[in-house]
Amino acid sequence: MISLAGRDILHAWGKFVFTGIGLGLLIGVTLTMAGVYRGMVDDGKALLDNSGADLWVVQKDTLGPYAESSSLHDDGWRAIRAMPGVADAANVTYLTMQVRRGDGDVRAMVVGVAAGEPGTPGWPPYLVAGRQITRSHYEAVADIATGFRLGDRIRIRRNHYTVVGLTRRMVSSNGDPMVFIPLKDAQEAQFLKDNDAILQSRRRTAQNPAFDRPGVPGLLDAAIAAQEGNPFVNAVLVRVAPGYTPEQVAEPIRRWKRLTVYTRAQMEGILVGKLIATSAKQIGMFLVILAAVSAAIVAFIIYTLTMDKIREIAVLKLIGTRNRTIAAMILQQALALGAIGFVVGKITATFAAPLFPKYVLLMPADSVAGFLALLAICALASVIAIRMALKVDPAEAIGG
Amino acid sequence: MGGKGIRIEGLRKRYGQGDTAVDALKGVDMHVAPGEVVGLIGPSGSGKSTLLKCLGAVIDPTAGRMVLGEETIYDDGWQVRDLRALRRDKIGFVFQAPYLIPFLDVTDNVALLPMLAGVANAEARARALELLTALDVQHRARAMPSQLSGGEQQRVAIARGLVNRPPVILADEPTAPLDSQRALAVVRILNQMARQYETAIIVVTHDEKIIPTFKRIYHIRDGATHEEAGEGRGFD
Ligand SMILES: Nc1ncnc2c1ncn2[C@@H]1O[C@H](COP(=O)(O)OP(=O)(O)O)[C@@H](O)[C@H]1O
Ligand SMILES: [Mg+2]
Repeated sequence: MISLAGRDILHAWGKFVFTGIGLGLLIGVTLTMAGVYRGMVDDGKALLDNSGADLWVVQKDTLGPYAESSSLHDDGWRAIRAMPGVADAANVTYLTMQVRRGDGDVRAMVVGVAAGEPGTPGWPPYLVAGRQITRSHYEAVADIATGFRLGDRIRIRRNHYTVVGLTRRMVSSNGDPMVFIPLKDAQEAQFLKDNDAILQSRRRTAQNPAFDRPGVPGLLDAAIAAQEGNPFVNAVLVRVAPGYTPEQVAEPIRRWKRLTVYTRAQMEGILVGKLIATSAKQIGMFLVILAAVSAAIVAFIIYTLTMDKIREIAVLKLIGTRNRTIAAMILQQALALGAIGFVVGKITATFAAPLFPKYVLLMPADSVAGFLALLAICALASVIAIRMALKVDPAEAIGG
Repeated sequence: MGGKGIRIEGLRKRYGQGDTAVDALKGVDMHVAPGEVVGLIGPSGSGKSTLLKCLGAVIDPTAGRMVLGEETIYDDGWQVRDLRALRRDKIGFVFQAPYLIPFLDVTDNVALLPMLAGVANAEARARALELLTALDVQHRARAMPSQLSGGEQQRVAIARGLVNRPPVILADEPTAPLDSQRALAVVRILNQMARQYETAIIVVTHDEKIIPTFKRIYHIRDGATHEEAGEGRGFD
C-alpha cells in the first residue's frame, strides 16, 4: 500500500510548507515563551547558587532579601558566626539601581560584599577576567552582561568605581546583571543623602533642644554621627559546616537571635513561588492562547484541505477504500503539518533565544513536551475534518 | 470470472416514506452476459442513476434480486456482509468525469485498487501497467492526471475500473465530455475489454454518437425497463 497522505503532501507541498512555516513561527513563539519562564527560574537559581550561602538570615517575619526588603543591624553576623554548625557568615546588601558609565546607564543589582577573601559568602565564586575586589573602597566586579569592561570607571550614586573583574551569569532574580562593590560603599550608597539634605538634617538636629545641651559636650556630635552612618545590611549569608544539616543550624538562629532564616529550598520556594509566580501565570496564559490558536490553524487548514478532496474521498470510498484508511490519511497530514511546524519553530526559537535581553533557557524536555502537545493538538484538530470525510456518501461519486 | 454476468429481477427502489415517497425503480429486469456491453438509455429522472447505485451497492434497493457472476448479492436484502469489499472486488466504476486521484500518478491511480485489496505494490503496479498498455496509455504511466488530455484521463479511468478484473463494470455517461471520435474510441475499448476479460458492462448514456454501437439497449422510463435490439454497428 502507498501512503495517500504522503502523496498528497508531495503533490501540494507548497501549501504544506507555507502553512507549516506559519505554524512554525507560532510554535517558535511558544517555545520561546516557555524558555523565558525557564530563564526566570534559572536566573533565580543562579542568584542562590552564586551567593554561596546555605542559609539566608533576614529581618524577622520578612521574605527578604530578594522578594521583600529586609534590614538587619550589621553587627549581628559575628554572633551568628559563633553559633554551632556555622562555617562562615557574612553581611550582604542588595540594591537594584541604574549604574552609570559615561553618558549612559545600565540597570544592575549592586551587591555589597563583606571584606574578606574570595569564597566569603556573597562574593562572586569565579571570574571570567580580572581579579576580585582587594581594596575596601571604590573597586567593583561587574557581570559582563552590564557591558562594562575591565578598567571602566562607573558611577554608583555619587562615587566612582573602577571595574577590576568580570563575572558571567551573575544576575538578580529579575535577570539584571550584578555589580559587586565593598560592603561599606554599598551601605553608603543605599542610604546616601545629597549634600543639601545632610546640611538640613544637621541643622534640624542642632536646633533640637534635646540634643543641644550646653551641659553635655559631645552629645550633639554623637547624635549627628549616629544619624549619618548606615549600620544596616539586608541579610547575613551563612555557610553551614560539614556534618550539619541546614535546618539544624537554622533553628537555633531563629530561636536565639529572633531572626527569620531560610534554607536553600525555602529560598527557591520564595523566588519561584512568589517572586516570579505572577510572571509564570502570565506566560501560562500566553501558552494556553498560543495552543488554542495553533489548534485553530491546524484544524482550519486540515478542514480546507479535506474539503478540497471531498470528491476524491467519495471516489475512494466507492472503489472500496476503508474509512480507517481515509481517516489515517487526514490524521497523518495533520501530524505532518505539526512536524513541519515543530521543526520550523524549534529552529526559530533556537536562533531567536540569544537575541532576547533576558536569559531564555530552551530545555530539551520542554521541546519534547511541546512536540507531544503539538501532535495531540494536531490529532484533535483533525477530528472535525475526519468526521466530515467519514460522512461523505460514496453514492455522491456516481452523481444524480 | 465472468460466470453469468449481471442478472437483475424485479428490482424496486423507493426513496422516502409515506406521502413524499418516490418510486424510482418499479421492477427492473435486466440481463447482461459476460463479454457483453449494453446501453441503458432513458430521459432525465427515469431512474438510471438509481439503478447504477443499487447495482454498485452504495444505496439499498427496496426489493428484488441482483446476481453478479455466480453470486446472488441481493435478494430482498443484501446477501453479502462487506459491501465495501464487494465494490472493490466485483464492480468496476467508470464515471462521466474521470475522477482520478489528483495526487497519484497514472500508474498508482490504477494500482490503488489492487493495493487496497492487499496486493503488494510491485504486483499491483505490474497489473496496472498491463492494462494501461492494453488501453494504449502506457507512455503516460508516470504522468500526473492533470497532465493528461480528457481522452487519456478517461482511458486511465477505464483501466482503474478493470484492474481488479471485476465481472461487472458500471459506466455512467463515460463519453459525455468527449468528442465523437474519442467517444467512439472509448466504446471500442469497452467492447474490447468486455470480450478480453469476460466482463459484463452497462453503459448509461444519452450520447447519440454511441447509441448505434450497442447490440442491445435497455430503455428505462418511469422506473421500468424494456429491452430493444440495437443497431450494433460496431466493433467486430
Ligand atoms: N436521494 C433521493 N431521494 C429522493 N428521490 C430521489 C433521490 N435520488 C433520486 N430521486 C428520484 O428518483 C427518480 C430517479 O432519479 P435518478 O435515478 O437520478 O434518474 P436519472 O439518473 O435517470 O436522471 C427521480 O424522480 C428523482 O427525483
Ligand atoms: Mg443521473
